[in-house]
Amino acid sequence: MPEAMIKESETSLCSLPDAGGHFGVYGGRFVSETLMGPLEELEQAYHKYVNDPDFIAEFQRDLKHFVGRPSPLYHAERWSEKLGGAQIYLKREDLNHTGAHKVNNTVGQALLAKRMGKKRIIAETGAGQHGVASATVAARYGMECIVYMGAEDIQRQAINVFRMKLLGATVVPVKAGSKTLKDALNEAMRDWVTNVDDTFYIIGTVAGPHPYPAMVRDFNAVVGKEARQQSLEQFDRLPDYLVACVGGGSNAIGLFHPFLDDSQVQIYGVEAAGDGLDTGRHAAPLNAGKSGVLHGNRTYLMEDNYGQIIETHSISAGLDYPGVGPEHAWLKDTGRANYVAVTDDEALQAFHSLTRIEGIIPALESSHALAYVEKLAPNTDKDKIIVVNLSGRGDKDIHTVAAHEGISL
Amino acid sequence: MSRIEARFSELSANNKKALIPFITAGDPSIEQTLMLMHELVKAGADCIELGVPFSDPMADGPVIQRASERALAGGTTTDDVFDLVKQFRQDDDTTPVILMGYLNPIEVMGYQLFADRAEQAGVDGVLVVDLPPEESHEFNQVFSQNHIDQIFLVSPTTHGERLIRICEVASGFLYYVSLKGVTGSNQLDIDAVSGKLEEIRQHTNIPLGVGFGIKDAKTAAEVAAICDAVIIGSALVERIAEYSDNSEQLKIEVSAFIHAIRNALDK
Repeated sequence: MPEAMIKESETSLCSLPDAGGHFGVYGGRFVSETLMGPLEELEQAYHKYVNDPDFIAEFQRDLKHFVGRPSPLYHAERWSEKLGGAQIYLKREDLNHTGAHKVNNTVGQALLAKRMGKKRIIAETGAGQHGVASATVAARYGMECIVYMGAEDIQRQAINVFRMKLLGATVVPVKAGSKTLKDALNEAMRDWVTNVDDTFYIIGTVAGPHPYPAMVRDFNAVVGKEARQQSLEQFDRLPDYLVACVGGGSNAIGLFHPFLDDSQVQIYGVEAAGDGLDTGRHAAPLNAGKSGVLHGNRTYLMEDNYGQIIETHSISAGLDYPGVGPEHAWLKDTGRANYVAVTDDEALQAFHSLTRIEGIIPALESSHALAYVEKLAPNTDKDKIIVVNLSGRGDKDIHTVAAHEGISL
Repeated sequence: MSRIEARFSELSANNKKALIPFITAGDPSIEQTLMLMHELVKAGADCIELGVPFSDPMADGPVIQRASERALAGGTTTDDVFDLVKQFRQDDDTTPVILMGYLNPIEVMGYQLFADRAEQAGVDGVLVVDLPPEESHEFNQVFSQNHIDQIFLVSPTTHGERLIRICEVASGFLYYVSLKGVTGSNQLDIDAVSGKLEEIRQHTNIPLGVGFGIKDAKTAAEVAAICDAVIIGSALVERIAEYSDNSEQLKIEVSAFIHAIRNALDK
C-alpha cells in the first residue's frame, strides 16, 4: 500500500477511495481493456457533475418530489420496549418510491446518463428491486432499459419481473452459471462491453470497477446524511449504534459513510448466514470468505481453494451474492465497522416481530439487520440509541415467506 | 531468447504470420486437451493460447464461457493446467504456450507461487483478461523475474496516454481486441482494425496479434495481412464442443480447421 494512502486515511475515513479507486488494498479497476476507456469517461463525468450545482439541484429535486425524501427516522417504541434495552429508530427507506433505498442511486445514475448523452440503460438485478428502480427511472427520463436477471431469480421474483415489464423494461433471463445475481452481472458487463458507445450501465450496489463503489455510495449517502441530521434534531445527539444489512452493501454504506469519522458511533453490518456459517450454505464473504478479485474489484469473496466463485445461499435474493463492496472489506480490516451474520430463520423471526409489533412489513434483506438488533438491543442500556436501516419494504417477499411456512397463497 | 521471441523472429525471417489458436484446458478433458495441443501444432499453429477455466468469465462470449463451464464441471483445476503444460513440454519444447484467464485463480494461489509453477511447467506467457496495466505493477515484476511475458490487450477504446503506457510495459506480443464486445462476436471491421494497428505501431516494435471475431480462413488471411499474428478462439472452441464425444472425429475436424487457416495465411 502506498504510504500516501495510509496517511490520507488517518486524517478522515471518508477520504477514500484514492485516485485509482482503492480502499486500502481493496477496490480498484479489474476489467478487460475495452472497458477501461468507458470507465475513465464515466469517472470524469461523475467528478464533473457531482460538484455541478445544476446537477445537484436536479438530483435533490427528484429525491424530494419523485422519491419522497427525506424518509422518516421512526422511533420503534413498542419494539424497543419489548427488547428491553436501547431505543431503536428505523430509517424508513421502505417508504421511498419503489419501496427501497435502491432508487436513490438509480435516480443519480440516470441523471448522469442523461447528461452523458446515453439513451440506453442496462442493469443487473437479484431480488428485482434494483431492476425495478432502474426501470422506473428509465420510464421517468424516457430511456430504453434492459435488465439482466438470473433465470432462477426470475422464478423467485415473478411480481418484480412483471413490474419491470409494466414500466417498459426488457427483462433478459440469464441461464449461465448459478442463474443468479452474479451471472446477471457478468451478462450486463458483456452487454456494456459490446454497446459502450450509447449505453450506460447502472450498477445497483457499491461493488464493481471504480468509480462505481464510490459513486453508488455517494448517491446513497443521502440516507446517512439525513439520519445524522434527524438524530441531532430528534434526540439531540448521534446514535450509539448503526445497523444495516450487507449483500453488496449499498444501503449499509449509504447509512454508515456520513458517520465514519464519528468514532463514538459503533457500526454493525449484517451479512446473510443462510442455513448457518458452519454449513457452507450462506452469503457471508466478510465473515467466512477471503480476499480475491471479481466483477472489477478486489474484495472479500466466497470462493473455493482454486479461486472459483462458489454458489451462495440466502432466503433473501438481495443478499445472495458472493462478493461485497470493497469499502466494506476495508472497513472490516481497519476495524471501523463490525460485520456479523444472521441466519435465514433469525431473519424470518425478525420479519414477523416487526410486522406484528410495529405494523411494518420489512424486506427480507432488511430483516437481517433487524434480527441483529434483536440480539444487540437486550444487552444495551435503555438510554442508548440504535439506528437501523429499514432498507426496503417486504411486500415483494410475502410469497417467499408464505412458501417457507408451507402456506400457499 | 524466450520461446515467444524465437518463434516470432523465425516467422518473420520466413515472411510468415503467426497462427495462435485458443482452447480451454480441460474441455472436453485434460487428456483430450493434450492431444489437441499436439494436433494444433501439427496442423500449423505457431503458439498455443490455453484458457484457464474460471467460473465467471466476464469478457468471454457464450462459446468460451460454456467451455469454461465444461472444464470446471469435469473437475479441472489450476494444478491440472500446470501438469498439462508439463506433459506437452515432454514432446514439444519449442511451441510457446500462453495461459489466458482471469485474475482470481492466480490471486488465490499467490503471484509468486503461480509464476514459479508456471515457469517450471514451461509456460511462456500469461494473459490476464481482467488485469489492466494500472493494477499489474506487482504482477508484472513477479512474472518478468520468472521469465514469463505478460501479454497485454489493446482495444478500440484504448487511446492516448494509456496506449503509450501499455506499449511500454508489454512483452512477447500485443493482443489487439479487434472489436467492442466479448470473444466470439461478429462484426470485425478490417479498415478500423488496420487504422488502429497503425496507431499502435507508432509506439512499439513488438509483434501485434489480432483476435476476437476471426471465424474463418478468409477473415484470418485478411487480418494477417495487416498484423503479425491471428488468434482464433470461439470458432475453434465451437468445433471442440460439437465433436467432444468423439475423440477421433474431434482430432480430424480441429486439424482440418486449423490446417485450412494455415494455408490461407501462407498463400
